Amino acid sequence: MIEFKLPSLGADMDQGKLVEWTVKPGDHVTKGSVVAVVDTSKSAIDVEIWHDGTVWELLTQPGETVPVGAVMALLLEAGETQEQALAWKRDHAAVPVAAYATAAVLPPAATVTSAPSTPAHDSPAAPAPPTLVSPAAPAARTRVSPAARKRAAELGVDLAALAGSGPEGAITIEDVEKTGKAGSAAATTPLNRMTEIRKTIGAAMTRSKREIPHYYLATDIPLARATEWLAARNTQCSVTERVLMAAVLLKAVAHALKRHAALNGFYRDGRFEPANAVHIGVAISLRQGGLIAPALHDCDSKSLDELMRGLADLVRRARAFTLRSSELSDPTITVTNLGDGGADLVHGVIYPPQVAIIGFGGVRERSWVEEGAVRAMPVVTASLAADHRVTDGHLGALFLADLSRSLQAPDKL
Amino acid sequence: MSDVIPLKPVTLPRELALTLLTDMVRIRRFEEACAQLYGEGKIRGFLHLYIGEEAVAVGAIHALTTQDAVVATYREHGHALTRGISANAIMAEMYGKCTGCSHGRGGSMHLFDAATRFYGGNAIVGGGLPLATGLALSEKLKQKQIVTACFFGEGAMAEGAFHESLNLAALWQLPVAFFCENNLYAMGTALARSESQTDLCAKAAAYHLPTLRADGMDVVAVHDAARTACAAVRETGGPYFVEFQTYRFRAHSMFDAELYRDKTEVEEWKKRGPIHNLTNRLKAQNWLTEDEFLAIDAEAEREVRAAVAFAEESPWEPIATLTQDVYAAP
Amino acid sequence: MNTLGNKTTYREALREAHCDAMRADPRVFLMGEDVGKYGGSYAVSKGLLDEFGVERIRDTPLSELAFVGAGIGAALGGMRPIVEVMTVNFSLLALDQIVNTAATLRHMSGGQFAIPLVIRMATGAGRQLAAQHSHSFEGWYAHVPGLKVLAPATIDDARGMLAPALADPDPVVIFEHALLYNLEGELSGEWKSADIRSARVRREGTQVSLITYGGSLWKTLDAARELAALGIDAEVLDLRVLRPLDTAAIVASVRKTHRAVIIDEGWKTGSLAAEICARIVEEAFYDLDAPIARVCTEEVPIPYPKHLEDAALPQTPKIIAAAKAVLGK
Repeated sequence: MIEFKLPSLGADMDQGKLVEWTVKPGDHVTKGSVVAVVDTSKSAIDVEIWHDGTVWELLTQPGETVPVGAVMALLLEAGETQEQALAWKRDHAAVPVAAYATAAVLPPAATVTSAPSTPAHDSPAAPAPPTLVSPAAPAARTRVSPAARKRAAELGVDLAALAGSGPEGAITIEDVEKTGKAGSAAATTPLNRMTEIRKTIGAAMTRSKREIPHYYLATDIPLARATEWLAARNTQCSVTERVLMAAVLLKAVAHALKRHAALNGFYRDGRFEPANAVHIGVAISLRQGGLIAPALHDCDSKSLDELMRGLADLVRRARAFTLRSSELSDPTITVTNLGDGGADLVHGVIYPPQVAIIGFGGVRERSWVEEGAVRAMPVVTASLAADHRVTDGHLGALFLADLSRSLQAPDKL
Repeated sequence: MSDVIPLKPVTLPRELALTLLTDMVRIRRFEEACAQLYGEGKIRGFLHLYIGEEAVAVGAIHALTTQDAVVATYREHGHALTRGISANAIMAEMYGKCTGCSHGRGGSMHLFDAATRFYGGNAIVGGGLPLATGLALSEKLKQKQIVTACFFGEGAMAEGAFHESLNLAALWQLPVAFFCENNLYAMGTALARSESQTDLCAKAAAYHLPTLRADGMDVVAVHDAARTACAAVRETGGPYFVEFQTYRFRAHSMFDAELYRDKTEVEEWKKRGPIHNLTNRLKAQNWLTEDEFLAIDAEAEREVRAAVAFAEESPWEPIATLTQDVYAAP
Repeated sequence: MNTLGNKTTYREALREAHCDAMRADPRVFLMGEDVGKYGGSYAVSKGLLDEFGVERIRDTPLSELAFVGAGIGAALGGMRPIVEVMTVNFSLLALDQIVNTAATLRHMSGGQFAIPLVIRMATGAGRQLAAQHSHSFEGWYAHVPGLKVLAPATIDDARGMLAPALADPDPVVIFEHALLYNLEGELSGEWKSADIRSARVRREGTQVSLITYGGSLWKTLDAARELAALGIDAEVLDLRVLRPLDTAAIVASVRKTHRAVIIDEGWKTGSLAAEICARIVEEAFYDLDAPIARVCTEEVPIPYPKHLEDAALPQTPKIIAAAKAVLGK
C-alpha cells in the first residue's frame, strides 16, 4: 500500500488546501505524475507522487485543508489486490484525516488536554477523552512552591493544613519542614524515613566510635526479689496498670544515677557538662528496622507507675512517628534493653554527646549462688559503656554495684 | 604680506545680514552658558558644542522656508535656535525638564520640534541621512516643492548610510539638500586619516548630485551657497550637496584631551571666527557700530539668562509617567 | 605601569591586557574609531599608538560595518584582530557582519573556516546619554549561536578575559559596561587564570541567589550587603560569560538557596534574564521555593533626565525589594 501524503513544499508551509485531484481511483500513476493541486499560503501548486501505483482511495476532498504529512490518498502497489488492500486498511485503521484537519484549525487560544496519563492529585481521577478547554483561570489553588510541594511529598505533610509564609501567602519549604518536624512524621513515606534514620544512626555511631574512648563493664544482677515484688504488685491492679520489668530497670538506673552524676550528661567542647535532670533515652527498635532513643523525661522524679505509663506511651508514639522534637534531642543517657531479642550481654555504643549507655540483656533463669547455696533465679546482665574522657572504670563499677543494690530493694525504688 | 583676511563686502541686504549676525551671537552666548551649566552639573550626558561653526547653521537655515524640514545631528543647538525653537524650550530640554522641546526626554543630542519641522537631534553618526531621504520622498509623493535640509558631519561620509542615501536620493530624484559640515575631524580623526577621497564634493558627484563648496566660516558665503542649493532642489525636485568648510573651536564633546590637533591650528582658525568675520565686515561698510553690536550681544545674553531661569523654574516630569510616549496614547 | 602595588582601574587593566596581547603575538592588532591618536573614546588604548605604531593601532573611519567586517576578514586570513566598536549602540551598524558573517562562517563552510576575532564594545546606561546611547544589547548578542559573549565586571576579569578570548578559535564579543571604566581596585592575581566558560560566585549566601552580570554586579553586591543587614543572606552570582551560559552554576546556586532574583540591564521582554529564568524553571523547578523575580530595565527607551533614567534602570533598592519579596518579607 502506498500512502500519498501532503508534502512540505517549503520550510514555511505547514498545511495545504486541496483544490482538486487530477487523478481518480483506478488511475495508474507513475513516479513524477501530478496527482493533485494544492493551495498553499503562497500559491496553488501541482503536487507530484514519487511512486508507481494505482489510485485506490482518495481520502481528502477538494476544499479540505490538511496539514503537511497527512495521508491524502491510498494507492495500490504493483500486484497488490483489493483483498490485500482491505486487510491493510483494517490493520492500519485508516488515518483519520479529519483529526489532522481538526488539529490544524484549533483556535490558538485553546489547548488540548488529555487527562489519562498523569494521576496528579488535583487532576480528575477518571480518564477523560481529550477535550478542548479554554485556558480560563483554574479554581483558586493553594499556593505552594515547587520545592515545598516536593518536600511535603517526602515528609507526607498535608499541604491543605498549612498556612504559607512565603510571597503571596505561598507555602515554603520552611513551612513544610516546621510541620514535618513538629509532629506529622507519621505520614512520612517509609522508604525515605528509614533511609534517613539509618543515615542518622550511621553518622552518630561513626562519630561515637571515632571520638569517644569507650570502656566497657558488665555485671550479673539477680532479679528474684524484683520479679517477686513485681508479680505481687501486678496481681493487685488492672491489666492496664501493670508494670513491666523494663520500667523497673529504668527506675533503678535513674536511682543509681543520682549518686553517679558523672555518667549523666554531655561531653561538649572538650569538657563534661552534667545534666540537671535524668532524661533516659530509651532505645526503641522500629518494626521496619533501625532504632530511635527518645527521652523519657525526669525518670528520677517519676513514680514507677508514671514511668511505666510514660514508657508505654513513648514506645507507641515512637512506632507511630509522633514523637516530640524535645524527646529526640535531650536524652542525658541511654538505656538499651535487648533481652527480648535473646542477647545476654550488650556492648553499647554511646550516643554523642552523651557519656554513657547502659545495656540489659535478657532476664533468664540461671544458677545463682546465694548465702552458700546454688539456686535458680532470674538474672540479668547489666552492662555499662562509658566515656573514658569523663569517668574511669572504677566509677563505672561503683555505678553497676549501686544499680544491682537498687534492684534488690524494688519497693524502695 | 599680512595675516589679516581681506574684508569681503557683505552682499546681502543689511537687515538679513544683521539677522544672521544676531543668530550667530545668540548661539554663541547660549552655548557658552551651556558649557558653564555643564560644569555645574545642570546639563548632563554628552554636550557637543557648535562654537566656531555657527555660520553654517545660520547661513543655511535662513535659506529655508518655514515649510521646509530640517534634519540635524547631535551637535544641533545652533540649528534649533536658528530654526526658531525658543531658547527657553531648548534650555529646558538641556536640563531635562518637561517644558523642554522634547519634553525633557531627549536632552542636548535630541532636540525635536514639530512646529518648526525640526526632526532632531540624531546621535548615531549618519543616522539622519536615510531619514531625510525618506522625508523628501514623502514630499515628492505629495508633489510638494519642499526642501528637506539634512545636516551631517564629514565623518558621516564614511558611513554606509551616507552612500546609500545619496544614491537613493539621486536615483529617485528626491528633494534633499545635503549640507555637509566639514569641520575636518571625525571626533578625533582628521579627514585625511578617515577618507580616501578628501574632496568631499567629488564623492557626492560620484552619485550624480550637483555640488557646491563654501567657506563655512563666512555666513554670507554659506547663505549664498545654501540658497543656490535650495533653489535648485525646488526647481529640479532632485538632491543637492554642499560642503561647508568649517572648524569647531572646542572639544568634540565636553571631555576631550584634543590630542589629535595642535593648539596653534585651533588658534589659526579662531582668527577666522564667523562672528568676528561678519562683524568686522559690517563695521567696515558702516552697517554696524560697536554699540549696535553690544546691543545685539546684550540682548542675546538677556535671552540666555531668561532661558536659564525658565529651565531652572520648570518642573520635573513625575516618575509615574516614565513609560509614556513609547507608543501612541491609546 | 601601575602605581601603588596592584591598585589599578578597570580601564588600565584592559589596557594592560591589550599590551600583553600585542607583545605576545604579532598577529594581534587593534582597530576602531579613535583608538589611536585620540587614545580611545574611553581611553582604553591611550598610549598604545606610541608603542605599537599605526599598523597595529589602527584608527578607522566611522564605518562600523566595514571595519568590523574587515576585522572578520582579517581573522579569517590568519590575524588575531581586536576590534573596538566604540559602543554597543554603534555596533548595530555592524550587526549584519557580526551576525551574518562572523557567527555563521564556520558553520556555513562546514567547519573549514574560523573567525578568531575579538570585538569589544562599551555598553549600558547610567550617564544620561539618552535613548540612542544607552543600550544594553548583551542579550541580543547572546542569542546568536556562533558567538561567545563575555561581560567582565571586575578588574580581574578586565585584565584576564582578553587573553582567553584571543586564544579562542571563534568570534568573541566583550561587553564593557561604560560605568566600570573608572572602577578602582586591586588585582587579585585571579586574573591570570580567568576563563571564558564559567560563572563565579562573588558572594556566598544561603537564602536567595542574585544572578547578574556586567555593570549590575556592583549594584547587586551593594544590595546583598544591605540585605545582610536585614538578616537576609544573599548569594551573588556573576555570570561573566553570557554565551554559552554556565547553567550548572546557576542551577547549583538556586538548588542551594531555592530562590532567584535576576538582575539584567536589558529590557525585560525577551531579555537574557528571561533566558536564565527559563533555564532555572527547566532544570531546578522543584528546588524553587518562590517565584523567580527579575529586576530589568523598564520597557522604555532610556530617558535623558537623571531621575527618569534612574527609575528606568535596575537599582539597588529595587534589587533589595525583589529579594525581600521572594522571601515573603
